[in-house]
Amino acid sequence: MEQTIDFAVLDQAIKEFGNEEKSLIAILQRAQEHYRYLPKEIFPYLAEKLSLSEAKIYGVATFYENFSLEQKGKFVIKVCDGTACHVRKSIPILEALRDKLGLSEEKKTTDDLLFTVETVSCLGACSSAPAVMVNDEIYPTMTPESAVALLEELKEKN
Amino acid sequence: MLKSVEELRALRAEAKASMDAENRKIIICGGAGCVSKGANKVYETLVSKLEEKGVKFTVKLEKCHDGDPVRVTKSGCHGFCEVGPLLRVEPQGWLYVKVKPEDCDEIIDTTINNGKCVDRLCYTKHGIIYREQKEVPFYKKQTRVSLANCDKIDATSIEEYLAQGGYTAFEKVLSGMTSEEIVNEITESGLRGRGGGGFPTGRKWSQVARQKNFPKYVVCNGDEGDPGAFMDRSVMEDDPHRMLEGMMIAGFATGANDGYIYVRAEYPLAVARLKNAIAQATELGLLGDNILGSGFSFHMHINRGAGAFVCGEGSALTASIEGKRGMPRVKPPRTVEHGLFDQPTVLNNVETFANVADIINKGSAWYKATGTDNSSGTKTFALTGNIENAGLIEVPMGTTLREVIFDIGGGIRNGGEFKAVQIGGPSGGCLTEEHLDLPLDFDSLKEVGAIIGSGGLVVMDKNTCMVEVARFFMNFTRNESCGKCVPCREGTKRMLEILERIVEGKGEEGDIELLEELADTISHAALCGLGKTAAGPVVSTIKYFKDEYLAHIHEKRCPAGECKKLKTYVIEEELCKGCSKCARNCPTGAIKGEIKKPYKIDQKLCIKCGGCINGCPFKAIKEV
Repeated sequence: MEQTIDFAVLDQAIKEFGNEEKSLIAILQRAQEHYRYLPKEIFPYLAEKLSLSEAKIYGVATFYENFSLEQKGKFVIKVCDGTACHVRKSIPILEALRDKLGLSEEKKTTDDLLFTVETVSCLGACSSAPAVMVNDEIYPTMTPESAVALLEELKEKN
Repeated sequence: MLKSVEELRALRAEAKASMDAENRKIIICGGAGCVSKGANKVYETLVSKLEEKGVKFTVKLEKCHDGDPVRVTKSGCHGFCEVGPLLRVEPQGWLYVKVKPEDCDEIIDTTINNGKCVDRLCYTKHGIIYREQKEVPFYKKQTRVSLANCDKIDATSIEEYLAQGGYTAFEKVLSGMTSEEIVNEITESGLRGRGGGGFPTGRKWSQVARQKNFPKYVVCNGDEGDPGAFMDRSVMEDDPHRMLEGMMIAGFATGANDGYIYVRAEYPLAVARLKNAIAQATELGLLGDNILGSGFSFHMHINRGAGAFVCGEGSALTASIEGKRGMPRVKPPRTVEHGLFDQPTVLNNVETFANVADIINKGSAWYKATGTDNSSGTKTFALTGNIENAGLIEVPMGTTLREVIFDIGGGIRNGGEFKAVQIGGPSGGCLTEEHLDLPLDFDSLKEVGAIIGSGGLVVMDKNTCMVEVARFFMNFTRNESCGKCVPCREGTKRMLEILERIVEGKGEEGDIELLEELADTISHAALCGLGKTAAGPVVSTIKYFKDEYLAHIHEKRCPAGECKKLKTYVIEEELCKGCSKCARNCPTGAIKGEIKKPYKIDQKLCIKCGGCINGCPFKAIKEV
């Protein structure tokens, strides 16, 4: 599928952060927020603008967990599997969400691009364990049942 | 913009006078724990009800108080997250717990209008009602220094920080302290790096101050990656100016003019609060060029992490700020000589910087009076896991684990039995009952194979399998290994494979010895701290819970009853009605029987998927 990519957001980010190597991560973060992933078209574009090799940019993009080369869902659900959440049983929550959405360790995003389910090593919300974060919002003391109910709530929001 | 130290003093005096004039105050906790439990709703309801009832109130620090309005404000984390949302009434110091929007009417009528305590909202334990926060067992043994402001001030207001004596230390430094005097004061105080290493902060600063190579940098490590740790988050979100002040003093002492704060991606609120604080400080002229006419210039920058635990390691963190893959490098040269952009760099943790202003203000002797001989001051701990009072605490160094877990933490959740406490995150170790009376400080823990680390304390009860805990941490480190050096990249992978085998009941004779051998190699040969300490949880669990490993390997049994693959599923004959639902659900045909008679599970065919349990309408199937 041909997709036209609008580079304006990159130009704006370059203007804001500077066209040097040290701005690369901030620029990629802006791109990730805007496109919800890093489309492959942006690599040659950024390489030229920042005078870096495509390989170098690709290396950074694949090193960090927060960057994704595949499109993520509108709601990115991060099930915390930090120690505190783990001992308060976070895995059943993850399994319930995956079951409900037909997702797995390999397939993280639903085909309608509505939900992405992934784990995170710690949200720092340990007192609310087990916790789940949807985009930037934290949901405390979850259970497999409340997590599935949350999916319905999010669907309605959409 | 402030032009001189005198103007800063005047502004502070004004802010303090305004704050002192606030006779009555309702402080709602705006920490992450309480917000996720609905604190914002409580705040909004309270404000709208006050309006409705025509009660005079203010939500902001105001210059003069006309007609004694009640101040309603949101502060940072109060620490007692377990029973949030929290609300404190000042000046009485009453603490209301688990406050709901529906409670607002009563709070207004009884407390705000009549000055009486709503006892039913107070913390109650064993029939005792604790009205005042300071009397509550959770707070009684705490000494809050770096978290002192968190439950008092509105983190988005620089005036409130000033009113608490904020930027007094920076003012003192600008008004005539020399670089040497500052470094000496910090060295004398015995402050050690709170990020986990425990390196003397004063020595680090003096090493950078000595360098003749400019520019120099101050970097704050806010990449709090240890699972189960959130103390730095609290400081960054709830008292950002305290951290900035520490960094500015470090800059002045070492001759650096730029500060970088590296915050992990999972803390969006911390980024927003720090940006706001930097903008405020810049607007007042506390950051920028020629600060308060002193000739000293300092600029602050923020970098957001992108989700790599290894970036908590110094050289990986600076590489990430430079826009590169966050991979550690061989040391020496050390960060103090060749750090950020290859220049001399002071790299400290959030909590370390948060201690600096108090040391400058009150002196090293004051600081040293708390704590133990070699670990002075206080330490914050994140208390989590199977504990009654999960939350954020700060205690003098040298406090025992027993005091922390049982007196402050209230013991084990749901009346369970204590088994172990995991300390220091993936680099740390597990401690047991026999260590409960050990004083917590940097050196005492090393002797028993653990580290204080950044201060995450995850408490575990008897139902926690220690082999599974070791597997959990090894999985974490394997995922987070950057892949640069072979011992860590391959070693953690192999150790994880062995541990996975053991928890699945496929452990073999010699596995423990193999784990120990691998642990020894990785610890000696890995490039950075992440790898060197990766085996910590495995080594300490083998040391203290060897019988659990043996039970898994030889008897194919999990003593804690946690490992799924080692469970046996049985049908209780008395409860089974013979409906055949389980037999139809079973993917391997392991369940057989006759209709209306108890069914049986063939253990040889059972794959322990748990499908039968979830489907049984009579709850007749049990895991044993």
